Amino acid sequence: MTAGETSPSVSVPRTARSAQLPPIGAGETVNRTSLLSVVVSTLSSLQNAVVPAVLIAFGNFATPSDVAMWWVFGQSSILIGLFVGLLIAGGGAGFSYLSWRRLTYTIGEQDIRVESGVLSRSARSVPYERIQDVSLEQKFLPRLLGLVAVKFETGAGGADDLSLTYLTEAEGERLRELVRDRREGVESGVDKGVEEADAAGTAPGHVRGAEGEALFTMGPRRLFTFGLFEFSLAVFAVLAGLLQYLDSLFDFEIWDVSFWRELADEQGGWWLEMGAYAQALGVALGIVFVFVVGSATGMVRTFNREWGFRLERTARGFRRRRGLLTLTDVVMPVHRVQGVTIGTRFVRYRFGWHSLRFVSLAQDAGSTSHVVAPFAKLEEIGPIVEEAEFHLPSENARWYRATVAYRNVSIALDLALFALAAVVAAGATAIFAPKWTLLATAIPLALGVLDAGVGFLSWRYKRHALEDSQIAAMAGILAPTTKIATRVKLHSVEIAQGPFARHFGYATLHLGMAGGEMAIPGVPLDRAREVRAQVLDTIAATDFSELEGQSSPTTA
Amino acid sequence: MDNSASFDASLAPASPISPSSDDEALTKVDPNYKTALRISVSLTAIPFVIGAFVLEGALAEAGSPIPFGVIIGVVVFAVLAFIIRLPNRRWSARGYDMGPDRLRVVRGILFRSDTVVPFGRVQHIDVDQGPIERALDIATLTLHTAGNHNASVKLPGLKHAIARDMREDIRQRIKRDSM
Repeated sequence: MTAGETSPSVSVPRTARSAQLPPIGAGETVNRTSLLSVVVSTLSSLQNAVVPAVLIAFGNFATPSDVAMWWVFGQSSILIGLFVGLLIAGGGAGFSYLSWRRLTYTIGEQDIRVESGVLSRSARSVPYERIQDVSLEQKFLPRLLGLVAVKFETGAGGADDLSLTYLTEAEGERLRELVRDRREGVESGVDKGVEEADAAGTAPGHVRGAEGEALFTMGPRRLFTFGLFEFSLAVFAVLAGLLQYLDSLFDFEIWDVSFWRELADEQGGWWLEMGAYAQALGVALGIVFVFVVGSATGMVRTFNREWGFRLERTARGFRRRRGLLTLTDVVMPVHRVQGVTIGTRFVRYRFGWHSLRFVSLAQDAGSTSHVVAPFAKLEEIGPIVEEAEFHLPSENARWYRATVAYRNVSIALDLALFALAAVVAAGATAIFAPKWTLLATAIPLALGVLDAGVGFLSWRYKRHALEDSQIAAMAGILAPTTKIATRVKLHSVEIAQGPFARHFGYATLHLGMAGGEMAIPGVPLDRAREVRAQVLDTIAATDFSELEGQSSPTTA
Repeated sequence: MDNSASFDASLAPASPISPSSDDEALTKVDPNYKTALRISVSLTAIPFVIGAFVLEGALAEAGSPIPFGVIIGVVVFAVLAFIIRLPNRRWSARGYDMGPDRLRVVRGILFRSDTVVPFGRVQHIDVDQGPIERALDIATLTLHTAGNHNASVKLPGLKHAIARDMREDIRQRIKRDSM
């Protein structure tokens, strides 16, 4: 690459590492991921090859009745399909092997380094102290081969986070323990870190030791109940997507009205001949069918995602394992929890079911917070919240409601918006389709009135409470959500006011939270200032570095 | 206006703490900030004025009934209002207060925002100067925090020397606090 560096007298060893990172220190080894991961990526490229191959093989018999034609052209097309499939799979395998050869990772004293790339190389270094949590994920196929994907969450989010696919289960576990030990070492002084790392080296697995104390688990019975509330029509969306996919490959016009009309004429003749009762029965059966399919989908998805759900309190933090086909195993340190969110949904709320999430800088499967109890009663959630060094708002917490002016202004603004929509709709229809004018005007207005009603009611549930160590905000009428943040872990406080807010003397309180948002609307100005003053006094008493340092009471 | 009316009888009453002291301690930013705003508004306005002339010319050629100068007049009037009036108001709406352990930044004419950042939560500090700001010897101080909301709090229109002093001041306090 850089010719100037390779002077004849100095022989530069050809290793996998590039010049971008400092040289590897003594005792550091360059590692490769498991060779079996080539098998996994080859198999998944094979999976990608199957669909095109099959479509080429069987896709072009336009008239299935013409058997003779199929015998002539069909067989050769099977061969072509097979060939294309093999080509794709072979290319996939070759590329998988190359990228496996070119990916190395190094466990350093201060950081973990990964270098990868076949044509363009990239090298990434992540310091241990910046790793928010380490999660292990086993999808179905890797799981069969005893492989695991290791992800290091840094709070950078999504694609910027470091992940190693795939390591053997033992190596993944070892790496996780090692990173955790080094991180603790970095945080509590280098000497201690070396000691701990030594200890980890001499007594492997000592940290894991006994299984942590289980905080929350979900058995099949709970999962069944959970599944009942997870009604989902996703399967119909998938079917529609599939149909459209087929549409693009076959001569099958799903958007062509005449196709359906013909189908209806052929199949639907008997439908029209049936009596009204039979038709009503048919509609009812259809609804039941949709309901059954939706419930079954929800059930299957829930079981697949949450099977064997187990949340533990280990020496170093929270550990969550779940999954039927795809196993995931996430560990998050207690001090990284910035806030908690207790949410629910409309129907399950009537039966007292809630969910609990932890807000942190790390991401959990694309979502910004970690679900630690997806489906639980409040009395089960309480202890978990306590473990995270928060507490549910106490009985005698003083709740402050949003102001009446805030309610009235938001209702008025919403109504104005709907009225505007109604005027536009009325104007447009009056010009282009006069007979719809009444309907087009009535719908936005009705929606506006409905919205105003909801706004009126939901105002009663919008409130906040300031307690000694935390601040809680609640909102939502049909499915109330409670957010709790630690006062000391907030980063800024803003009082924002629009023109109406200034006139009526209320404000929105924005709290700067790492990894999440927290805003309390409609707070009277005096109260907003008082809350801000109190929160700021708590914050100013502790520096950010102490916040990170005092972080792990479990280090001792 | 009447805040006490906004509370339900069952809920706690508003706090007796008087907020009036909050607004008095604000420091104004440098008057050069107005000049900087005027210059940048003028630069932004140039295309609009040119557009108005072009439009006017095109309309006149097409023989429109609008008398010559109406569009230009409206645009120029608006631009002048933006150049003369608005920077003054924005300048007087903006203020800051450097406390012993926190910085307060207030801004906005219609939509007001009043942000406080404790020094203990500052991740890093920037002092930026654009070309206009450099000519006028002013600078923008930016405090970065780890929160999602207000990840960076900007305070423009400070005299460059003051901005640098503030940066040093805040930096030292962060250091002292953490020891």
